[in-house]
Amino acid sequence: MTPLLRIGRDTLDVECVATAVSAIPGRDAGADGAVVTFLGLVRNHNAGRSVRYLEYEAYEPLAVKAFERIAAEIRVRWPGACLALHHRIGRLEIGEASVAIAARSPHRGDAYAACRYAIERVKQIVPIWKREFFDGGDVWIEGATANPDDEQARAEAERAACA
Amino acid sequence: MRVTVRLFARLRDITGASELTRECAAGSTIGDVWRQLAGEFPELAQYERSISSAVNADYARMSHAVRDGDDIAFLPPVSGG
Repeated sequence: MTPLLRIGRDTLDVECVATAVSAIPGRDAGADGAVVTFLGLVRNHNAGRSVRYLEYEAYEPLAVKAFERIAAEIRVRWPGACLALHHRIGRLEIGEASVAIAARSPHRGDAYAACRYAIERVKQIVPIWKREFFDGGDVWIEGATANPDDEQARAEAERAACA
Repeated sequence: MRVTVRLFARLRDITGASELTRECAAGSTIGDVWRQLAGEFPELAQYERSISSAVNADYARMSHAVRDGDDIAFLPPVSGG
């Protein structure tokens, strides 16, 4: 069975997370009316640079715990929703998926919101880094200072999810 | 006391190692370990305000007291997704 939360080197697609979130033991799948999926792709341009490829790395044990935290936050905020979240590490070529998310719930509104919330939180608190290799050099991309207890950041993610 | 320090992304590039072992005084905090390391690798100082830290694979504050054998990680700003 595909795990709900995973970090690995295998290629990602929508199917793997949609399947995972549709076969959760003990969950009445027949009561759900929506699955929303998201794929994050490697883009060929960033900040005016021509991107050749990306390399991702993770602090895996902490990253999996951060995924668990995101799933738990979703259970609190959208009680009927459940989440599958897979992130790829290693070298990724242009157009490949780096992250795949599926949120499932009885109604579409919660599924959309939970899916968007998950990607916003991934960018805030999960210890994963990407190194961009572009025409002329490479650079570590540095985004958010990871602080899972920063309630202001969490609230921003929720606002984005409910916009 | 002896602790293991893990470094990721650009922090690893700066120090040239993904894992280091360091001695620290009894009563040291994660912040003390960081400052010791920044003394050794001055380029780390620019991350003073933006790093996160973890101990034994759980997020922890810089004021957290370390114990002998702890596995400490310093994390630059994250960029997953």
